[in-house]
Amino acid sequence: MSSRRSRQSGASRITDDQIIELVSKLRQLVPEIRNRRSDKVPASKVLQETCNYIRSLHREVDDLSERLSQLLATIDADSAEASIIRSLITQ
Amino acid sequence: MASSISELNFEESNRKKRRKTGDEPRDPNTGPETRWRSETEQRIYSTKLFEALRQVRRNSSPPGKVSGGHQVREAADRVLAVSAKGRTRWSRAILTSRLGMRLGGGNKHKKAKVGKVTGSSRLKRPANKRHLPAVQMKARVLSRLVPGCRKVSFPNLLEEASDYIVALEMQVRAMTALTELLTGAPVDRLGSSPGSSL
Repeated sequence: MSSRRSRQSGASRITDDQIIELVSKLRQLVPEIRNRRSDKVPASKVLQETCNYIRSLHREVDDLSERLSQLLATIDADSAEASIIRSLITQ
Repeated sequence: MASSISELNFEESNRKKRRKTGDEPRDPNTGPETRWRSETEQRIYSTKLFEALRQVRRNSSPPGKVSGGHQVREAADRVLAVSAKGRTRWSRAILTSRLGMRLGGGNKHKKAKVGKVTGSSRLKRPANKRHLPAVQMKARVLSRLVPGCRKVSFPNLLEEASDYIVALEMQVRAMTALTELLTGAPVDRLGSSPGSSL
C-alpha cells in the first residue's frame, strides 16, 4: 500500500495502520470479500468491491421503493389498515 | 411496545457503558455497527418509514404517481439519515441536500450537490493532478457513492463508507420486511418472512 501520509489535506498524521484497520473493517462488511483469505485481497480490490456492494444496495433499495410505492397505493393509508400495519411492524 | 422502548434504553446505556468489549483497545466502531444491526433499530426505522410514507401518500394523493418509487426512495433515505442521529457525515449530507432541494430547488453552492443520493452526477473536476494509483481512483468513486463525502480524507471516507453500508443493509432489511408485511408473502431478496398475512 502506498503511503499517503503527506497527501492528506487538512488532517493530522494519518498512519498506514489506521488505514489498514479501516480497510480490514470494510472487508468484513462486504460479503464478497469476507470469505476470501484476508492477506490476499489488495486494498484496491476492497474498495472496488465496496463500491459494487454499495451500488447493489442502492439498486435493492430502489427496487424495494418501487414495490413499496405500488403496494402503498393500494393500501390508501388513512384507514384502520394503517394502524394494523403499524402494530405489526412494532411487534 | 413498551418492551421495545425499554430495550432501546437498555441497549443505549449498555453501549455507553461498555466502550471496549473486544481485545482491541481502540474499537469505537463496533458501537454504531451493532446499533444498525439491532432489531430495535430496524423496528424504529420501519415505523418511522411507514409514517413518512403515509405522509407522502397523503401529500401526493392525485393519481400522478409518476415517480412513486422515487418518492419512496427519498423518504426512506431521509428516515435513514434521521435514524443516524447526525453522527455521520453521510446522514447530515442527505438531510441538508433534501433541505436545499426543498427550499431553493437545487441551488448549487460550493458543494455542488445535485440532491440525488445515488451519486450519478459525473462532475469532471480536475481534482488531483498527480498520478492516480488504483486505490485513489477507487476511493474517488467511493466518495461519489457515499453522500457528502467527496472531500473527506481517506480514513474518514472509509469510516463513513462502512457505517453507510451497515445502514443501507438495515434499510434493505427493513424495507423488505415492510414489503413482506404488505404482500403477505416472502420476498426473494433477503428472505426472512415474518409470517404475517393481511
